[in-house]
Amino acid sequence: MALDPKKHEMPVQDAVVRGKNFDEVALGYTKEVAIAEAQRCLNCKNRPCVSGCPVNISIPEFIAEIKKGEFEEAYRIINKTSSLPAVCGRVCPQETQCESKCTLGIKYESVGIGRLERFVADWHNEHATEKPAKPAPNGHKVAIVGSGPSGLTCAGDLAKKGYAVTVYEALHTAGGVLVYGIPEFRLPKKIVAKEVQTLKDLGVDFQENVVIGKTLTIDELFEMGNEAVFVGSGAGLPRFQGIPGESLKGVYSANEFLTRSNLMKAYRDVNDTPIMKGGKVIVSGGGNVAMDAARTALRLGAEVHIVYRRSMAELPARKEEVEHAEEEGIHFDILTDIKEILGFHNPDDPRDERNGFVTGVRCVKTQLGEPDEKGRRRPVDIPGSDFVLEADTVVIAIGTSPNPLIKDTTPGLEINSHGGIIVNEDGLTSRKGIYAGGDAVTGAATVISAMGAGKTAAAAIDEYLSK
Amino acid sequence: MYKIVRKKVLNPTVTQMEILAPLVAKKAKPGQFIILRTDEDGERIPLTVAGTDPEEGTVKIIFQVVGGTTEKLNHMNQGDSLQDFVGPLGRPTETEGIKKVCIVGGGVGCAIAMPVAQEFHRLGADVTSIIGFRSKDLLILEDEFRACSNKLVVMSDDGSYGRHGNVTVPLKEMLEAGEKFDLIITIGPLIMMKFVTLTAKPFGVPVTVSMNPIMIDGTGMCGGCRLTLIKDGKPVTKFACVDGPDFNGYEVDFDEAMSRSRMYFGFERKSHESICNLYKQEAR
Ligand SMILES: Cc1cc2nc3c(=O)[nH]c(=O)nc-3n(C[C@H](O)[C@H](O)[C@H](O)COP(=O)(O)OP(=O)(O)OC[C@H]3O[C@@H](n4cnc5c(N)ncnc54)[C@H](O)[C@@H]3O)c2cc1C
Ligand SMILES: Cc1cc2nc3c(=O)[nH]c(=O)nc-3n(C[C@H](O)[C@H](O)[C@H](O)COP(=O)(O)OP(=O)(O)OC[C@H]3O[C@@H](n4cnc5c(N)ncnc54)[C@H](O)[C@@H]3O)c2cc1C
Ligand code: SF4
Ligand code: SF4
Ligand code: FES
Repeated sequence: MALDPKKHEMPVQDAVVRGKNFDEVALGYTKEVAIAEAQRCLNCKNRPCVSGCPVNISIPEFIAEIKKGEFEEAYRIINKTSSLPAVCGRVCPQETQCESKCTLGIKYESVGIGRLERFVADWHNEHATEKPAKPAPNGHKVAIVGSGPSGLTCAGDLAKKGYAVTVYEALHTAGGVLVYGIPEFRLPKKIVAKEVQTLKDLGVDFQENVVIGKTLTIDELFEMGNEAVFVGSGAGLPRFQGIPGESLKGVYSANEFLTRSNLMKAYRDVNDTPIMKGGKVIVSGGGNVAMDAARTALRLGAEVHIVYRRSMAELPARKEEVEHAEEEGIHFDILTDIKEILGFHNPDDPRDERNGFVTGVRCVKTQLGEPDEKGRRRPVDIPGSDFVLEADTVVIAIGTSPNPLIKDTTPGLEINSHGGIIVNEDGLTSRKGIYAGGDAVTGAATVISAMGAGKTAAAAIDEYLSK
Repeated sequence: MYKIVRKKVLNPTVTQMEILAPLVAKKAKPGQFIILRTDEDGERIPLTVAGTDPEEGTVKIIFQVVGGTTEKLNHMNQGDSLQDFVGPLGRPTETEGIKKVCIVGGGVGCAIAMPVAQEFHRLGADVTSIIGFRSKDLLILEDEFRACSNKLVVMSDDGSYGRHGNVTVPLKEMLEAGEKFDLIITIGPLIMMKFVTLTAKPFGVPVTVSMNPIMIDGTGMCGGCRLTLIKDGKPVTKFACVDGPDFNGYEVDFDEAMSRSRMYFGFERKSHESICNLYKQEAR
């Protein structure tokens, strides 16, 4: 059989239709397509793809099971190393991870590893009926702070070993960025809810509405009988640009905009939470967060522009999201930097209802100069190229940093200059019994790396408490 | 779920509730707040902790019905349960070294000010309270304030109760008469706090204001509660939910805060009539 040089296309909702709804964009492979795609895999002896996956999923092995139609077996193989395959199969930046190392990718398109992983996970979720058996308790108690991918993974791994695990979450729903950040059309919330339910079936106790550092401190968690604590509190503190006009009405951090839409479901008209809808929305930034904010705004009925300082090639977002955003009609104003946000001001009538609302942004064109420390070419302003873009809403999506709350309330916990918790290779912090991982340690990164950190810490906690 | 243990109507628009939330009851200090949701589709709204009973595990809240969520809350009764109740959030009011304090509360802000006044009283400070209301039917917590204040002045805008006029009138008189307060704490509408600060300025008395901007998460995650302080002539952005809610009154950019607090004004009016879609056209 001749090798198909191209990946099997992912069926997607039509771009015009999906721009008006919040349903998932990518529809997933059918059984037949999955098997056909699996057949493209060469089952390489040296397994280069595996080294590209941060948690080293046995990729050729699970793909081999798909070829045979043994989907449940494929799931079992993935599940040995990844506890959130339905999530990672959807949101991993595969093109820079597993798929970037695929042998096929040298001459053709790589195997659609992420798409196959998603297929297997969805198939399992649809067909598997048996609930995981509750493991016998081993008598140890562990607390997890935060219910993002790192916390969920750490909780799952420990629960499987018989630990009594309690997850404390500040918000009213478990899932971290997976529920408050990544929108429904990219990661349906029922998938996250299902993962959480699986953990509950394993005996994990979820305590929502508990802010560690406020409601309880980490030291109190120890006093309550926990022998180890894993901190997976993420990097939720939004950064602003420090430019004039950021306090005008209609300027949001991406976190606020996405939280209002996702977690508070402001996109549903039955909900009480207000959000700016319609008009012209400018999103500042070029990462996944910027794409998600832009595509959410589009679905709320706006004309959306992404303003980014570098060129298309440097956009840090997943390639697929950029493509989807372009197809949906989002405008990219690249090599453009926002210098000021402009607001309405009626000098004759201070009571004018429109006063203080955003009217636009003042931008300058840029060109790429010398590379910075990370090797990315630095944008340089082109003098005299100022221009104004009109806007009703501006969303700032230029990054986040770890929240200082835990550090401020946990004596002896060391952090680095970026606010990240300092850990060793096992995820152990400067305090005995306190482990940490995910964005709280690295700053904003990826779901799979957070998951990997949760796994590492779970293994280290197990070793520490088994001694 | 968080059970409503007791409910008491304080005046036609202000209600007091005690909610079963043992962890919050154990931790909360005066000046801190909670965030609640009434139900699965509800909005997250912040309310100040108006008192706690750590033994019983209850937290007291006092709220004024101003819009959709507070109205929903007001329709709930003893025995009903709230969907979510998280806290205590924000920093407690700083009380250290304050021997003589003046508390200036306006409207429902008095509910926020009351536990602060009680705390100073408990610590043995000399407490002067000035509380103001639009009219007699809106008066709340007079007895509670009397019990914890060395001196209490009640004001009403229309003269229907207590003295006629704004809270700044007696404050100015006291300062002019040479009263030496270590600190003035003011809680109420932004415009009132702004004028209390201006009144105190010539006398060089420190002023703490309690800022209540629109909030969502209350943990520093959304930045929606941000406000600007002017420090040494330079603007500094702060998040009220984690850096506050108390701030130095002389540093707060009140005009910006007032503008921001009206962000969803149109929306809320509509939300009342639940025809939010119209907002799409009208907001612009
Ligand atoms: C909009 C958006 C889109 C993204 N898209 C992608 C993508 O496509 N692919 C990808 O791989 N990655 C993506 N990421 C990044 C990825 O989501 C994160 O790297 C990952 O979620 C980090 O996981 P975590 O477990 O470290 O923390 P988080 O997911 O941030 O979870 C932390 C949790 O801890 C809770 N918490 C914080 N402080 C406390 C406290 N004191 N007490 C109790 N609970 C607390 C928080 O409320 C939160 O629920 C995206 C991120 C965002 C914001
Ligand atoms: C830290 C903090 C502590 C608070 N403590 C109390 C308290 O103890 N008792 C109490 O009654 N209220 C308190 N508030 C205000 C309370 O949160 C709002 O009244 C409530 O969110 C309104 O919700 P709603 O849905 O009923 O009204 P909405 O429909 O949301 O709003 C109705 C009207 O109230 C205005 N409004 C909305 N939010 C606020 C706000 N945060 N501050 C001032 N005006 C607002 C709107 O502009 C609108 O005019 C506090 C606010 C904060 C931030
Ligand atoms: S988890 Fe991510 S990186 Fe690993 S195989 Fe799956 S898609 Fe690739
Ligand atoms: S590198 Fe590509 S072709 Fe080779 S085993 Fe991995 S997925 Fe299959
Ligand atoms: S309420 Fe979200 S940061 Fe303060």
